[in-house]
Amino acid sequence: MKFLKIIAWVALIALIVIQFFPVDKNESYTTLETDFMMVNKVPLDIENQLKVSCYDCHSNNTAYPWYSKIQPAAWFLENHIKEGKAELNFNEWSNYSDRRKRSKLRSIIKQVESGEMPMNSYIIIHQNAKLDTMAKSKLVKYIQRLKDDL
Amino acid sequence: MSTMALAATIFLTVSCKNGNKEEAAAPMSNEMHQESMDDKDDMVMSDNEDAKAAAILNDYFNLKDALVNDDNGKAKELGNTMAQSLKAFDASNYSDNEKSELNDIIEDATEHAEHISESDIKHQREHFKVLSKDITDMVAITGTATKLYEQYCPMYDGGTAWLSKEENVLNPYYGSSMLRCGKVQREIN
Repeated sequence: MKFLKIIAWVALIALIVIQFFPVDKNESYTTLETDFMMVNKVPLDIENQLKVSCYDCHSNNTAYPWYSKIQPAAWFLENHIKEGKAELNFNEWSNYSDRRKRSKLRSIIKQVESGEMPMNSYIIIHQNAKLDTMAKSKLVKYIQRLKDDL
Repeated sequence: MSTMALAATIFLTVSCKNGNKEEAAAPMSNEMHQESMDDKDDMVMSDNEDAKAAAILNDYFNLKDALVNDDNGKAKELGNTMAQSLKAFDASNYSDNEKSELNDIIEDATEHAEHISESDIKHQREHFKVLSKDITDMVAITGTATKLYEQYCPMYDGGTAWLSKEENVLNPYYGSSMLRCGKVQREIN
């Protein structure tokens, strides 16, 4: 029992200590010319949907939730955002070759249709990011058209 | 107090698990491989160029065979191998147009190969479809020493092609569930 108590104390102290570790924040307030919205004619409802459902992890600017100030949640988020941006960064859209754009659009369609994206762990906190059947089909239709036009 | 500490312990354990997962997902170091590829630079440039495209093709066919055999683990390994070969490709001997086209192809193909190295078999096959398109386009520029067959399955994802060294059709998108689905639609020399 004493042993357990020591472990618990060590864990608690560790939890306090990690609060002081800094995190690189994903924040930028300039809209790049290469942004998806700048190079494509995006209908307003689609634009809003993408920004609410995707841009937090797939652009250079994240609207951080309150718990992002607490470790280890901050690390968890940092990792997700890093991975998300490596996969697809809407701010860098026109820097992708047409071939890669097609690949990205294809992946967007697949993952939105299958419900892999937006991620469940993200939707739990961001209810408005969730895509219902209607929003899904609208978004997929738009992305499909964009892909066909490339 | 002790319940709170216990909660903290659980919290930490969970985050540790996450940390490990991230690490495992990170691409493996390719220094060893890069070095051995660099050694080949001593050879005559034009031969070297063909050799690198041929190495990519060879990895592609091994990967295709793994998918034909429904072997998710092997396909993961081979996806990683192929990503290394793709990264080692050097387009500098080609004309400017071809160079930019090849670089686009390689960049896209590398991404798909990397995804294959960390996905379940359903996703591997989705990525293999686009990878096949990339490799077909690559071969159109680099040429091939061996005769290739472009095969086509009308059932997978609205119709999907792939490349094979053999005329005999073995379907990498369905594996054992529909091994013979498809036909040869083109021969590439």
